[in-house]
Amino acid sequence: MPVPADPSPTATAFEDDTILSVEDLRVSFALDRRRTFEAVRGVSFAIRRGETLALVGESGSGKSVTAMTVMRLTEHDGARIAGGRIRMRMKSGVIEEITTLPEARVERLRGAEISIVFQDPMSSLNPVFRVGDQIAEGIIRHQGKSVPAARSIALNMLKLVRVPDAERRMDHYPHQLSGGMRQRVMIAMALACRPSLMILDEPTTALDVTIQAQILDLVRALQQEIGMSVLFITHDMGVVAEIADRVCVMLKGEIVESGTVDEIFNHARHGYTQALIAAVPRLGSMTDQDAPEPFPVVAYSAEETPA
Amino acid sequence: MSNASTSRKADLSRPLVEVRDLVTRFDLRAGLMGKVVGRVHAVEDVSFDIIPGETLALVGESGCGKSTVARSIMQLEKPVSGSIRYDGVELLGGSRQDVLRFRREAQMVFQDPFSSLNPRMTIANTLMDPMRVHRLGSDAELRARAAELLARVDLPPEHLDRFPHAFSGGQRQRICIARALALDPQLIIADEAVASLDVTIQAQVINLLMDLQRERSIAILFISHDMAVVERMAHRVAVMYLGEIVEIGDRRSVFTAPQHPYTRKLLSTIPVADPARRPRTRNLMTEEIPSAVRPPDFVRQKRPMRQISPTHWVRESN
Repeated sequence: MPVPADPSPTATAFEDDTILSVEDLRVSFALDRRRTFEAVRGVSFAIRRGETLALVGESGSGKSVTAMTVMRLTEHDGARIAGGRIRMRMKSGVIEEITTLPEARVERLRGAEISIVFQDPMSSLNPVFRVGDQIAEGIIRHQGKSVPAARSIALNMLKLVRVPDAERRMDHYPHQLSGGMRQRVMIAMALACRPSLMILDEPTTALDVTIQAQILDLVRALQQEIGMSVLFITHDMGVVAEIADRVCVMLKGEIVESGTVDEIFNHARHGYTQALIAAVPRLGSMTDQDAPEPFPVVAYSAEETPA
Repeated sequence: MSNASTSRKADLSRPLVEVRDLVTRFDLRAGLMGKVVGRVHAVEDVSFDIIPGETLALVGESGCGKSTVARSIMQLEKPVSGSIRYDGVELLGGSRQDVLRFRREAQMVFQDPFSSLNPRMTIANTLMDPMRVHRLGSDAELRARAAELLARVDLPPEHLDRFPHAFSGGQRQRICIARALALDPQLIIADEAVASLDVTIQAQVINLLMDLQRERSIAILFISHDMAVVERMAHRVAVMYLGEIVEIGDRRSVFTAPQHPYTRKLLSTIPVADPARRPRTRNLMTEEIPSAVRPPDFVRQKRPMRQISPTHWVRESN
């Protein structure tokens, strides 16, 4: 079923401009003593330096589990890496195998080499600490800076993500900020240690559309300014079209198709990708019509089954 | 609209719902005595009609008042002033009978199909409950009707005795639609009814709503933040901003010739699922959606609507 459209990831060679390479990754959750559920079933992809790769799929497709496993965050939820490799190029140039790294080393890697921004900034920020201190915490921990030095880096980060009136915002608590501002703070925090890969897991899903546009523009501008790679997890094909260089489409734990953003949108080969794209309303598609129009139904029988 | 087949004898060109100058505000109180320290001006001077068989989309961002309009129409909030007429009958301060009749003919579908179904009730009971309240027949008759409703939303009647937890989000939302259909409504208010669904499921649920509308000439008030979905299914569109309708008109005019700056902004910020149309310009602005909270002594400046065409109106900006 999977279409191996991407030539690079199956090869074991780790190319010069590759930042992250995931090969045949399998992640399973224990349902009870005997049964397990495989949420990620043999996923392979690679991300190059400065590139934005979108992992797109509907709920339950395994896209978030894949992203969380790259940061080794799924083990806390009872998941087990059942197979495959995740290799990452560190800033030092050393290539590390993440799947077998001891937890202490993984902790040093989080934030410094890879960082993650989640969908809901309110539950990712600690409500009882000022946002400036929360950004500074990671800098103190990973870079061993003094408190004043870390605070000044934190302030620069807030300015970088275009938080207006950044000096004053440093001393605000999360509840004093709007959803869009909180997400900017999360991005500032993720950027603070200059990671080479940032994972954004549905970062704009909870935001209003005008605010979403601001955040997407910000991510693109930051990428140009500091040249980091982005793994962008989303269910929204509109967002994919705006931000991605390459796209992997996930369905039930597998990548069913991958390719450049143009290949996916204009020459999709897999039935599921075609169904997914047909179901997305494209603004401007109704310009010549007065009456409403049902969605074209592209049948794809990966139908929902009651649990 | 005109080709809608219907079994009803109702006049299809007469508005089913007429909302005039609707104002809904919420007091903010503080202190021991509960002194009013401010008001949320959630809905200000909102007026619109919906005719049978028509979908009016109410669009806007969070806090713009679109859900409060819906809740005010459904008598779930008490408006400060204005008029809501249903089938020619005033509902604000109306008789109990009029309100009961309205409650039977107008149904609501909410955003979250997980919290809007009772987890301890079987699907059969969920669907039969509204019919029982309005005493529409014996239990055997109602059960048969529930099976028909389930079939209409493409779910097998064997599912009648299951509980909500056995269904996926899309299936639950279909059950919510089936429940809304139980009383053969003339008006459905769908408040972000497809917002939480996966996109392929969303397309199916929207197609279902459109089918039902064509079949039964149902009027739909479709509340959404998603302009791309609205473009697909609405006959007319009202754009709300800070409690006001800033632009209202037929869908084609509003989308192809938006007049109000906010409508233009809203349309320009929507991600289009076409990489060839990726925006070239960077918008690194940080402006936020302003708050609708005002001091208690705030006097609102009235702004009239200007007519652009026979079917298109825009709010004057000051």
